[in-house]
Amino acid sequence: MAATRRPPTLFRNLNAKIAAIPMILTALVVFVGGTAWTVVYSFTNSRLLPREKFVGLDQYERLWSSNKWLISIENLFIYGICSLVLSLVIGFVLAALLDQKIRFENTFRTILLYPFALSFIVTGLVWQWILNPQFGIQAVVRSLGFESFSFDPLYNPDIVIYGILIAGLWQSTGLIMCLMLAGLRGIDEDIWKAARIDGIPMWKTYLFIVIPMMRPVFITTLVIIASGIVRVYDLVVAQTSGGPGISSEVPAKYVYDAMFLSQNLGQGFAGSTMMLLAVIIVIVPWAYLEFGGRKRHV
Amino acid sequence: MSNTGALNIAAAGADAAAQDLAGPRGARPKRALSGRNIMIYGTLAVVSLYYLLPLYVMMVTSLKGMPEIRMGNIFAPPMEITFEPWVKAWATACTGLNCEGLSRGFWNSVRITVPSVFLSIAIASINGYALANWRFKGANLFFTILIVGAFIPYQVMLYPLVIILREMGLYGSLTGLVLVHSVFGMPILTLLFRNYFTSVPEELFKAARVDGAGFWGIYFKIMLPMSLPIFVVAMIIQITGIWNDFLFGVVYTKPDLYPMTVQLNNIVNSVQGVKEYNVNMAATIITGLVPLIVYFASGKLFVRGIAAGAVKG
Repeated sequence: MAATRRPPTLFRNLNAKIAAIPMILTALVVFVGGTAWTVVYSFTNSRLLPREKFVGLDQYERLWSSNKWLISIENLFIYGICSLVLSLVIGFVLAALLDQKIRFENTFRTILLYPFALSFIVTGLVWQWILNPQFGIQAVVRSLGFESFSFDPLYNPDIVIYGILIAGLWQSTGLIMCLMLAGLRGIDEDIWKAARIDGIPMWKTYLFIVIPMMRPVFITTLVIIASGIVRVYDLVVAQTSGGPGISSEVPAKYVYDAMFLSQNLGQGFAGSTMMLLAVIIVIVPWAYLEFGGRKRHV
Repeated sequence: MSNTGALNIAAAGADAAAQDLAGPRGARPKRALSGRNIMIYGTLAVVSLYYLLPLYVMMVTSLKGMPEIRMGNIFAPPMEITFEPWVKAWATACTGLNCEGLSRGFWNSVRITVPSVFLSIAIASINGYALANWRFKGANLFFTILIVGAFIPYQVMLYPLVIILREMGLYGSLTGLVLVHSVFGMPILTLLFRNYFTSVPEELFKAARVDGAGFWGIYFKIMLPMSLPIFVVAMIIQITGIWNDFLFGVVYTKPDLYPMTVQLNNIVNSVQGVKEYNVNMAATIITGLVPLIVYFASGKLFVRGIAAGAVKG
């Protein structure tokens, strides 16, 4: 054996550790540190600047008694559930149609996916224009002779969130369709052959064989959609700025407004902590199913 | 992977056995105008029209004059094509008191996007390479935190980053925003590069090691030239993502450094003055143009990029 001792563990593989410094800093300082900081300061009465005067759950009590926050949560629920269900259904149906070995598949896919390349700001502004009651769809249908036709979601507090949903779905179903298509392409051809020999109709094959087989794809897609929904912000800002009144507010906007417009940092921290909680509620069961479940099979 | 008419092979197989060997073989050709085809293509055509509609309306509106917009139908093609709204949107549209048009936002976005794309990809590719080929103790822990962190709502980390940037003297500057984009781009890009470098045959790496190449030597001489496609995918993800960003732009920069999306929103949603819908739509198209060009030029790579973003490692 040579007399040279191995270098101390810290300096072994030193270049790789240097290369990983940005990741370590991001993970520890921004992700862990930043999150912990926000959670801790949500228990203070910080206003213009962060202060270390702890007031217990005061900020949360104020949050949950704030009308604007309650409307934000209600909107998030309506938007979230509709957008989950509709984008999964529409995305899957479109993917199944594209999977029928059709011609021009690439053209159709390109058309269905292009809105995803556009920003929420552009999406929101286009749909604001199309849904404009004075010039948009409502005006066009009325000019065809249906004088009493009324479709002005962006100016009606009761249905404004559905106006935002239309734009949101337009932007994102292409992505869901692509994920579903990738899942469908991963299904073995033999499954289809076997189902055909057994004389099972196509819709039954999809419903009872293919969809259960695509469970992992569905779960991943669900998590992607859900974590996107919690973040919805730019779309609302562009399309309605939270209006009419406060009827289309969402939590992400509540947090931004509290932190940067109304100098109410504590409310912003409490609101963002609630958003974090919502994500944890979605992510933890998923992580448990995905990673906890896998161990049993191995 | 997908045979044409594979669905029919099973059915045709039974027939083929009974047929004369000299006869035609393979699946029976499908009729082009079957009810099933009409339904499939019909549905897809209608859906495609719906998806194309907003792009069409944007385009048409931006080419009309205001009088025509007030009188007519938003779906009608322009009777008189005018490029004035485009010129106005680019050069003289107002946000508040400032009337420089979108051009300022455009150049700000360029100055944000170009360095952010380079920095984030440089960091993430080297990091992914270290994680794939030079694993060290604790690397997986940090990587797990990074991936889990990608699901944390940005709002949770907005203010701590304001403090960090302020301490560094970078709050309100483009450099600060570039750092923020690099930080939040790290999870997905690191995952992308780590998975790609893991799939590179290990013999190649070992041979280079035997020949005396070190960490950086292998990265620059072997990994980098071998993995150009994945760099293109990463660039597509980042260019569209950073160009389309609104939240970070509005939080971490000052009004005269606002990226294009923020400025666009300020122009269109400003409460002052008469609404000029044609100028607004021209501005909207101009802002969407960069990601659209990237999208149409990249084709399948874009799909690969979003799949990489979606499929976990």
